[in-house]
Amino acid sequence: MRATVEHDGRAPTRRSTITVLLCLLMAWSLSIISQGAFAATSSEPRALLEALDTGNFQAKGAAAQAIAESDVEQKTRWLQALLDGRLGKERRGDRFYIVTDDSGREWPIIDAITFEDAGTGTRRTVDIFKINNDLRTQLEGLIASLSLSAGDEASRLSAARRLIGEITEDNVASVRRMRDEEESDAVRQPLDVALALYDVQNGDAEALDTLRGNLDTRVRNTLVPIAAGDSPLAAEAQSVLGGIESKRAWYDRAQTLFFGLSAGSILVLAAIGLAITFGVMGVINMAHGELIMIGAYTTWLIQQALPGQPGLALALAIPGGFLVAGAFGVVIERTVIRFLKGRPLETLLATFGLSLILQQLVRSVFSPLNRRVTSPEWLQGAWQINEALAFTLNRLGVLLFCLAVFAALWALMRFTRLGLEVRAVTQNRAMARAMGVRATRVDMLTFGLGAGVAGLAGVALSQLTNVGPNLGQSYIVDSFLVVVFGGVGNLWGTLVAGMSLGVINQVLQPWVGAVLAKIIVLVGVILFIQKRPQGIFAPKGRTS
Amino acid sequence: MTTQATLPGRDRSRQAFLSRSTLVTSLVLIVGMLLVLILNALPASNALHVSGATVALLGKYFTYMLLALAVDLIWGYLGILSLGHGAFFALGGYAMGLYLNAQTSVLPGWQAMMTYFPVAALMVLLAPGLLALVFGWLAFRSRVTGVYFSIITQALTFALMLAFNRNEMGLGGSTGLTRFYELLGFSLSSEGMTVALFLASGIAVLLAFWLCRAITVSRLGRVSVATRDAEARVRFIGYRVDHVKLALFVVSAMIAGVAGALYVPQVGIINPSTFAPLFSIEVVVWVALGGRATLYGALLGALVVNYLKTVLTGAMPDAWLFILGALFVLVTMVLPQGIAGVIAKWRGRRHAAVQPGQREASA
Repeated sequence: MRATVEHDGRAPTRRSTITVLLCLLMAWSLSIISQGAFAATSSEPRALLEALDTGNFQAKGAAAQAIAESDVEQKTRWLQALLDGRLGKERRGDRFYIVTDDSGREWPIIDAITFEDAGTGTRRTVDIFKINNDLRTQLEGLIASLSLSAGDEASRLSAARRLIGEITEDNVASVRRMRDEEESDAVRQPLDVALALYDVQNGDAEALDTLRGNLDTRVRNTLVPIAAGDSPLAAEAQSVLGGIESKRAWYDRAQTLFFGLSAGSILVLAAIGLAITFGVMGVINMAHGELIMIGAYTTWLIQQALPGQPGLALALAIPGGFLVAGAFGVVIERTVIRFLKGRPLETLLATFGLSLILQQLVRSVFSPLNRRVTSPEWLQGAWQINEALAFTLNRLGVLLFCLAVFAALWALMRFTRLGLEVRAVTQNRAMARAMGVRATRVDMLTFGLGAGVAGLAGVALSQLTNVGPNLGQSYIVDSFLVVVFGGVGNLWGTLVAGMSLGVINQVLQPWVGAVLAKIIVLVGVILFIQKRPQGIFAPKGRTS
Repeated sequence: MTTQATLPGRDRSRQAFLSRSTLVTSLVLIVGMLLVLILNALPASNALHVSGATVALLGKYFTYMLLALAVDLIWGYLGILSLGHGAFFALGGYAMGLYLNAQTSVLPGWQAMMTYFPVAALMVLLAPGLLALVFGWLAFRSRVTGVYFSIITQALTFALMLAFNRNEMGLGGSTGLTRFYELLGFSLSSEGMTVALFLASGIAVLLAFWLCRAITVSRLGRVSVATRDAEARVRFIGYRVDHVKLALFVVSAMIAGVAGALYVPQVGIINPSTFAPLFSIEVVVWVALGGRATLYGALLGALVVNYLKTVLTGAMPDAWLFILGALFVLVTMVLPQGIAGVIAKWRGRRHAAVQPGQREASA
């Protein structure tokens, strides 16, 4: 085929001649290759596999060792199949098979030596070689050291990592040799740890130094029995173990802090829009949670419109969620809240009514069922820093997003004309109006802004949980607490309060459980408000 | 606070306990109860027969009216909006539920004492009363008012909901308490018990109505109205505003507790969803629709909204939340004084036309 392509454009007669010649050449060379292969399969590999066909596990181990040390090409596949329980021998014959899929009753099988398709087999026709736990450990070690000697750096690294705790006297020599031949530092490091662990198990106290501060669970698990003894080695191991434990504890704390901050950032995102409408305008908006929900549904809708492009959909959802929720907010302000100025309790009830209507609207228009929003790939998975510390990417993303939103809002309030006017209206409405600020317009925009930020919170939430009609409801009590805890009308207070509530909640959770932690936080905030009704950051001086 | 100046009960010299509205409300309640009893006693073939199910439904409405009364006492006359009164209702209900469970099974630990009816009855009052006392004392002492108070009451009931959902509480977890068979030695499923509970709830509403009326026309009631309208002034005059608030708040919580205790045997279950903030805030809309600071308005509102709910959730379940939501919005924007306000206006106009000078008497 390649010949025809290469010589395209030349005279047709010459082309066909060359094609025929090339085909002949290929056929000839193929036959030589296959002959060679058959020559190799006939004697040595068969003998290696025959050795596995024994009831004695020790003999089987020796046979596996022999396979690993041989030069046979198929050895990795054999060992893997043996480990998976998929290598077997024909019951009434002398062929060896590898089962490629053992989920059903009829297994598709291939010939173990030629890897050719051999039809199907069942438990009756194929006798699977059995292994025990010792053999399994040995096989894992063998496979790891096999892949250490071959493949690129990534596969060598993962093989080296697998070797930790798997080194036995059978493979220690070969691993040591490979460690000396290894060029990459990254691969050498886990090999050193693996070898040191083996040495320590065999009473070498010097090797403990290599293990100091290693966070691998296998290192810890191996050291625990060694440290239990009474010897100097045990004492040394104990100190290493203590170091490891305290290091792990620190990373655990960092992990808790991260979870707390990410939970807190959701609280902040949910609460900060409320801090604007409640704190700045004095309007209790019980429909705030539903504005969050609207933001989340906007994300879902955009994603439905752009199938297969979650990244683009998310990028569009950020302005989209802001605008849609903001528009809802402006409508709510114009039609309801405007007429209830100065009557906070009535505003509370009316907006609560709106929240019920919005919830039911979503239930009727979409469905009462939860919807799933897929995260783009760069928000999936985790950023593994080491064995004990990993940051989930979507939570990290939400945390950063929260900080960005906060910074943007703060800048808006601090540096823009709208921010100036908002602050003026907050401090002294009558005076601001006398200075020419159109207070009603400021009200409308402020409320729209708060609602838009709620929409952003919804966009962020859609990356963490499913989207449903009750999404916002569950956040409304918490967000009010955050606003009140942080001090009304205080953006910094909201940030600090949200983050600290998130962290406190996470710190308490392992001790008392999720529900009780939440109750303790709620009661704590209730008591705190009794003590300091103005929140963490009380406004200095008169603000109204 | 601008609208509160237009609420009834202000600028009055001492009112008589038996105003016309009190009289009419009491009469309507008594006559209504008697009518239901008579109609229920009719043979089932009769067209006017009221079935046992309807009697049970009306009995449930009575407990809701009781709860609305409790909310009106503090919202209408004291100006504090509790978004957590469902918690007191539920606590009373749980006390009753424990008592009912104790009739047929042996309860562990402290719950064993709930076997005795007097203890249970005391708990129905004490559990919500004590919670209100502690919570109110903390809140009023540090002058938590207005929307802040509303929000922390909501947080309170939310926290309690989470707590009662835990199985470790020994109160049935999320299933709550159910499987009630006997009350005071009588079977709960009998027709006679349904009527008796209906009657008990009705009488409780009547008594609570009179109690609230007595409180609001007393000196305490007048101080509380003054507190509602100008808290700082009342404090400067020398009244302990926090004590006034605390007293009314505790009484209100106890009424709510009694309502819950009467509710549970009629419905047959009490679970943590009663603590849900939505239920508490629904109570507020009953009162708002009926009309605040009139007492009878609360009774009317509870009846109207719950009747609507019964009819509409059956006929078109999807529409109910739309209607409830719209009720919230419309009542606050169009009918700030509720149905009672409309009645008062209508009567005021008639009185103004016929007997100018007599308006004071109609409250």
